[in-house]
Amino acid sequence: MFSLHGYGPSIFEGTVLTLEVSLVSLFIAMLLGICGALAKLSDAKSLRFVSQVYTTIIRGIPDLVLMLLIFFGGQVMINQLGPMVGYDDYIDINPFIAGVSTIGFIFGAYMTETFRGAILAVSKGQLEAGTAYGMSSFMVFRRITLPQMVRHALPGFGNNWLVLVKTTALVSIIGLDDMVRKAGLAAGATRKPFTFYLVVAINYLLITTVSIYILKYLERRYSVGVREI
Amino acid sequence: MDLSIIIENLPIYFTGLKNTIILVSISLALGLVLAVPLAILRNYGKPLVQLPIRAFVYFFRGTPLLVQMFLIYYGFGQFDLIKESLVWPLFREAYFCALFAFTLNTAAYTTEILRGAIKATPHGEIEAAMAAGMSRSLMVRRIILPSAFRRALPAYSNEIIFMLHGSSLASVITIVDITGAARIINSRFYSPYEAFLTAAVFYMAITFLIVFLVKKLEVRWFAHLQPQSTKTTIEAPP
Repeated sequence: MFSLHGYGPSIFEGTVLTLEVSLVSLFIAMLLGICGALAKLSDAKSLRFVSQVYTTIIRGIPDLVLMLLIFFGGQVMINQLGPMVGYDDYIDINPFIAGVSTIGFIFGAYMTETFRGAILAVSKGQLEAGTAYGMSSFMVFRRITLPQMVRHALPGFGNNWLVLVKTTALVSIIGLDDMVRKAGLAAGATRKPFTFYLVVAINYLLITTVSIYILKYLERRYSVGVREI
Repeated sequence: MDLSIIIENLPIYFTGLKNTIILVSISLALGLVLAVPLAILRNYGKPLVQLPIRAFVYFFRGTPLLVQMFLIYYGFGQFDLIKESLVWPLFREAYFCALFAFTLNTAAYTTEILRGAIKATPHGEIEAAMAAGMSRSLMVRRIILPSAFRRALPAYSNEIIFMLHGSSLASVITIVDITGAARIINSRFYSPYEAFLTAAVFYMAITFLIVFLVKKLEVRWFAHLQPQSTKTTIEAPP
């Protein structure tokens, strides 16, 4: 049952792509998350409103629907915009970009909530002390808030990462050759779907298990200065 | 935006809505029924009993729902043993496979939620039950479970929403749920915005309804923890 009929390298390529999609989406999600969290905590009402709408909408819509909307909708939009700027050929939207931007956009909302909580957990006195020293608000953020919020953000961040990795399986639906799709192709050729999907499942378990260990290490590392109860 | 497409094809969306509601509610109900004994055994069972439950939870929480669904829908046909058995007519149906995968998936997540909630039972409540002379099973039924359900409610409401969103995957294996309806409309009229935004509106409406209902339930279940309303009003001194 556990012969891969020569499809091992193909599945491996898919696994690499899954990791690439995960890491690039994580990067986008973190950028959006920081911006979203700062917007939620800012004094400007309009910024707070926009970020509130963003997180509410994302939590209300399934990932797959958003991905299909961005993939198919983006295609139509680009091909409507193309002729306006004088480009008449048909443009295909890249599934990698569609997948990565959708997943980044979705998890940006979850990261916003995580980072917001972490920023709020940094004690106010320290921020005031920073201001009293004459630091600009950006400097206070970089020197005081950022290093300390890492510790508070890590548990939530870890959860988001684990869910994100599993969400990347959806990119196989919009035609990206990640490991789920590679397994599907191999299954079609060999008539051994259970074998190949099981291999993919085990790959996901490996990725999540290794991630959990790394996250635990990081949590210990960033809590060095904190007394354990 | 051409809303006439949507208005003419609303019946497809309502079929989808019906299928989504059936899939989600049945799998949630069965998943909960499975999860309660599993969570109890996971906490109080012998190590040999705990091990398979841990493996089950680990597998279903660590792999994507899509892969679990594919394993069941495409994968089971690989074995002659299943193909020749009585259950094959069931596992040949996409609808049953989706239901089966969703049920096991939500059972695993719910087991983990309940396990945490049971573990967090205050020691005082257990000691009081023991002092009152309750047997183990009576204690679980009367003290531990009601208290654990209450603590698990916020996390479980997330699980309900997660399951609702996860159910959109059923459209991948040919089931016409809300997402499936949107995909039909999109491929028929090539109008992705109208098709998928309508689906999004349906999902948002259900999500908000669930959040609202859970809030109501929370108020009910936590009524004894609310600050008592004072009946006498303080009058301003003359």
